[in-house]
Amino acid sequence: MKEKQPEKVPFWLDPRKRAIIYQIVVFCVVGLVAYYLVSNTIANLKKQSIATGFGFLTKESSFEIGESLIPYSAADSYGRALIVGALNTLKVSFVGIVVTLVLGTIIGVARLSTNWLISKLAGIFVEVMQDIPVLLQLFFWYAIFYESLPSPRQALSPIKGLFLCNRGIAFAVPAPHPAHTYMILALLAACILSYMIRRWAKRRQEKTGKYFPTFRVSIALIIGLPLVIWLIFGAPTKMDVPRLTGFNFKGGLTMSPEFAALLLGLVLYTSAFVAEVVRAGIQSVSRGQREAAMAIGLRPSLVLNLVILPQALRVIIPPLTSQMLNLTKNSSLAIAIGFPDFVSVANTCINQTGESIEGVALIMALYLMFSLSTSAFMNWYNKKAALVER
Amino acid sequence: MNNSDDTRMQGMKPPVTHVGLIGWIRANLFNSALNSILTVVTLFVLWKIVPPLVRWAFIDSVWHTTGKACRQVTGACWSVVWENIRFILFGFYPFDSQWRPLVAMLILFGLLFYSQNRKHWKKILIYVWILGLFFMGLLMKGGLFGLSPVESTKWSGLPLTLLLSVFGLTAAYPLGVVLALGRRSKLPTVRWLSIVYIEMIRGVPLISLLFMSAIIFPLFLPEGITINKILRAQIAIILFTAAYIAEVVRGGLQAMPRGQYEAAESMGLNYYQTMRLIILPQALKIVIPPTVSILISAFKDTSLVVIIALWDLLKTTQSVLANPEWMGFSPEAYIFVALLYFAGCFSMSGYSRKLERELSAGEKQ
Repeated sequence: MKEKQPEKVPFWLDPRKRAIIYQIVVFCVVGLVAYYLVSNTIANLKKQSIATGFGFLTKESSFEIGESLIPYSAADSYGRALIVGALNTLKVSFVGIVVTLVLGTIIGVARLSTNWLISKLAGIFVEVMQDIPVLLQLFFWYAIFYESLPSPRQALSPIKGLFLCNRGIAFAVPAPHPAHTYMILALLAACILSYMIRRWAKRRQEKTGKYFPTFRVSIALIIGLPLVIWLIFGAPTKMDVPRLTGFNFKGGLTMSPEFAALLLGLVLYTSAFVAEVVRAGIQSVSRGQREAAMAIGLRPSLVLNLVILPQALRVIIPPLTSQMLNLTKNSSLAIAIGFPDFVSVANTCINQTGESIEGVALIMALYLMFSLSTSAFMNWYNKKAALVER
Repeated sequence: MNNSDDTRMQGMKPPVTHVGLIGWIRANLFNSALNSILTVVTLFVLWKIVPPLVRWAFIDSVWHTTGKACRQVTGACWSVVWENIRFILFGFYPFDSQWRPLVAMLILFGLLFYSQNRKHWKKILIYVWILGLFFMGLLMKGGLFGLSPVESTKWSGLPLTLLLSVFGLTAAYPLGVVLALGRRSKLPTVRWLSIVYIEMIRGVPLISLLFMSAIIFPLFLPEGITINKILRAQIAIILFTAAYIAEVVRGGLQAMPRGQYEAAESMGLNYYQTMRLIILPQALKIVIPPTVSILISAFKDTSLVVIIALWDLLKTTQSVLANPEWMGFSPEAYIFVALLYFAGCFSMSGYSRKLERELSAGEKQ
């Protein structure tokens, strides 16, 4: 009797071979579409004689930028102009994120308050801010600054040292003094010291069971050390108050109306979302956890630190980072109110050089870099904070 | 405890400080020292802010005047909205035919209202929608049944905003589902292409895609073919929204228990049948609430087309404000636009919450 040969399967019924064919087909279709678009583009660029490549970055830009963190003039190159734009984007995003985190957390906690008035007001704030497009909010605040506020001569001054006018916001800051450098150094030293104390205290507690009030000592260090330095230098209290000279304020710290409107719009819009994230995170920790922690005799601060926060943060951090990323991406709307962020500067470059593909590619590359580094951080955090179950 | 004590306790009323208005105030506003302080401070701030605001918006305001008369009053000048309402809402659409976009919008609202009831979610609803969209398009475009044709370059104002969001979402939804399936595919090429697309799009701001549609997209096309600006922006919005929908749908696919896939396979269903008959109907149902939030943000995001100079609701408003007669009344005009957006988003988010409750109630049964 002959050995039975396995029946030969035709290749279109063999799942493995079929998978390869599918992939080749998909790859070819995508490749063909890409080829079609690219060849059209090259033909069009040639016909319209638009230069290509990033050579324009070193050419003279010959346009001014309203505000800049580094020295810049119209004689500088396009590359430097774009760096100025990128720094402005970073500036507004960084300040915005810090303020949003604080405001969003406060509102999120306020929504859970047992005080009816406060929780309802927080709820109204969240609903209203979430339901109005951020671009409209930017226009609104810009209009308020530009149209409704008085000229610098009649500037509003709700608090001493703070001036509001249609040229922006000016406020008093401590006058520069050598003590400030040392105070910052002291602050850094205090941070490093408290980190070391925390590690030492944890190790000691694991070994001997003795408790050390890490939190209070760290706070004392972080506030105390700079304060001591300040006192050693004779407690300088001189303030740099903005003064009206000519048509605008000099001295102090001034914010342009564009920057102020952008910051205000982004912060109010995003903090509504952050508030929802914080509320959901706190509510995700079940009541039993708090009650159990109290039942084994932990003090309220320890209940919060050891039981509630670690669990709530695991829920809060991922959506929170995506909100921070959203704020950064929404800062690109600066172009609509004339703040020179990266998109706005890149747009000016595109208009001047006509190199639209390179310009848009640069915009996309910058934001992709932000979001990829954020997701790298998220992956790291998720691995670290992943729930370890038995 | 003896019996007589018990009956006497039942007969007693709770103290007056624990019931009624006073009880409610005590329990909700003054239940601790901190809360009492907070309540008093908040009430003081509200008292400082709300009455002047009401005075500005209602008491001192004017509603039907010229721009000149507006400058004489201290309150809000709502005239900027009412005197220009038709331009703000319909833009450059021919004045005599503006009933057409109005009817189209009413059809849309009617359809949305009809489809919000879950009892109406049947196959016929899809055909009703297709028919409705066709009529809306016909009303806007004209050219048939004696309606005079209107160039799409003249579509502006609220109809354009609604058009961009409704068509954006209807077209993005199937694309998003395909991308989500692609991302979960076992074929590496398909999976990687989907991942790269989704992450690329989600990593960049919408404005960069709109720039692309406005200035680069014409370069992609062969000579002689041009696509109008609205359609190009629409494509950018579709491509953008699809990536977000893909992530939402992927969440639903991941929430499906493995057993569902295995059961479908063991019944001999192929991939297409498994997805169409078993997985997608369940997964898409789970993700209805987050899909509505995507719809809300797509609706809000359409406002960005103002940056590439499309005449949406925001742009028509701004052009009214650029008129010297109405210059300086931006807050009033923007508040009006904000109210329109708020009404849209608030009803959608309220609906999403209601739906979430209903669906989760269905799970518990």
